[in-house]
Amino acid sequence: MELKLDRAMKSSNAIRSWEITSETNYLNRRQFLRETGLVAGAGIASVVLPGRLLADVRDLETVPGPYSTDEKPNSWQDITTYNNFYEFGTGKEDPYENAQAFVTRPWTVKVSGECDKPGDYHYEDIVSPHTLEDRVYRHRCVEAWSMVVPWVGFPLGDLLKRFSPNSDAKYVRFKTLYDPKQMPGQRRRVLNWPYVEGLTIHEAMHPLTLMVVGIYGRTLPNQNGAPLRLVMPWKYGFKGIKSIVEIEFTRRQPRNSWQISAPREYGFYANVNPEVDHPRWSQARERRIGGGLFAAKQPTLMFNGYADQVAQLYTGLDLRKHF
Amino acid sequence: MTAKNIRALKVLVFLACLAPLGKLGLEIFGLAGLGLGANPIEELIHRLGKWGLNFLLITLAVTPLRKLTGLNWLIRFRRMLGLFTFFYILMHFLTYAGLDQRFDIPVIVEDIVERPYITLGMSALLLLLPLALTSTNGMMRRLGRRWKKLHRLVYVIAGLGVWHFYWQVKEDILEPSIYICILTVLLGYRILARWRAKRATRTTFQRSDHERTAHP
Repeated sequence: MELKLDRAMKSSNAIRSWEITSETNYLNRRQFLRETGLVAGAGIASVVLPGRLLADVRDLETVPGPYSTDEKPNSWQDITTYNNFYEFGTGKEDPYENAQAFVTRPWTVKVSGECDKPGDYHYEDIVSPHTLEDRVYRHRCVEAWSMVVPWVGFPLGDLLKRFSPNSDAKYVRFKTLYDPKQMPGQRRRVLNWPYVEGLTIHEAMHPLTLMVVGIYGRTLPNQNGAPLRLVMPWKYGFKGIKSIVEIEFTRRQPRNSWQISAPREYGFYANVNPEVDHPRWSQARERRIGGGLFAAKQPTLMFNGYADQVAQLYTGLDLRKHF
Repeated sequence: MTAKNIRALKVLVFLACLAPLGKLGLEIFGLAGLGLGANPIEELIHRLGKWGLNFLLITLAVTPLRKLTGLNWLIRFRRMLGLFTFFYILMHFLTYAGLDQRFDIPVIVEDIVERPYITLGMSALLLLLPLALTSTNGMMRRLGRRWKKLHRLVYVIAGLGVWHFYWQVKEDILEPSIYICILTVLLGYRILARWRAKRATRTTFQRSDHERTAHP
């Protein structure tokens, strides 16, 4: 009993610490606006600086979710300015620079394939039946850097069940919006647009798998994959497909965009694995963002530290072959 | 160009070559609204490497520029530019070895052996070393003809350096492709110039032969 209470307190502490970060940030933002005299002319500011300062700061109604780590989350600044979202450019700050005017409402997701309730669903239809949870997850990029992110979302499995997948639904395929007018990165064929990702049905139904709609208790910033993105904390970040417009239940294993462009380097599973190196760099250690110039790298954990939850999904699978 | 003017210009060029370092200093300390972003070590490594490549290409541009414009005094800036190339590439390596790998020798050796793009970069740096060491007037005199031969290594180094950059990027090869294009032009110019010179000498010989037979 005491132990449980202790745990509960610990986790509520963890939440409080990031709420403070978020709060400070919010206050800084207000202060900046006041100092530059932008509050009085807020309407003008939003025209001059579309979304950059006056981003959608609406607070989401959330409850604490399971599986959160006690590690200190990265700052709002780091999480929202250091992104891989090639639809908005290949530089780390490009998404922050180029995604501010991206329109995410109205938003429709097409559901198709091996299920009883296919159709076009509005963002509200998708999100409103679910309770939004705060979940602080480790995030490991295939490029050997990592962060800790306080996501807001709900289990993907709860959503998928609503579409009543049939027994032939062995995999789920997801697609990002294709709109070169809004997504300047799509004007060059760096990847095979639109971005496609896939999961086995068991991975998709796993309670760790999150359909994310926010960060730090706020609506997801565009550069982080608004309005809907996936997060599977035991997989490399690129599996977490952003700005999702299609969900398809399939019989056969779908091919994902990175696998199509470089099959020797990126596979279907892309589980975090310190023992299987990327052909061009080691995956044994990672650089935690936010440590500054003199921080050491830290060892990468099997399945990014989520082995207890997900290892059983891969029993009998040769992880060297199925990287 | 008088000697005095060249000396003054050398000071200016020297300061200009230090400008990227100065900017990096401001960025490291977060001054003047500059910064290195969320992953400062990686950013620092990338920027130093890119400046190394920039200086390498600028150094290789001196000779074509001199020949095309006839401004022979340009050659007097080549050594300084070459040494700045070495300086920025050495800093690039030291930032990788020191800040990124914290001088963990086994890890660095493993990287050099197992990661082809690091093997390339390391080879380029090692080949640069003798060029930097033999850049003094004394060494030039002592090595004589062999100095010129030795310093042709710079073409190999440039190839390795650009290849290192190309292999390191994940999927967007636009930027390394630009470097490859510039290097191709700079090396292509030399090949073309050589081929022309050869042809010119051959035609002169042929003409003199012809003249000889016509007027025995």
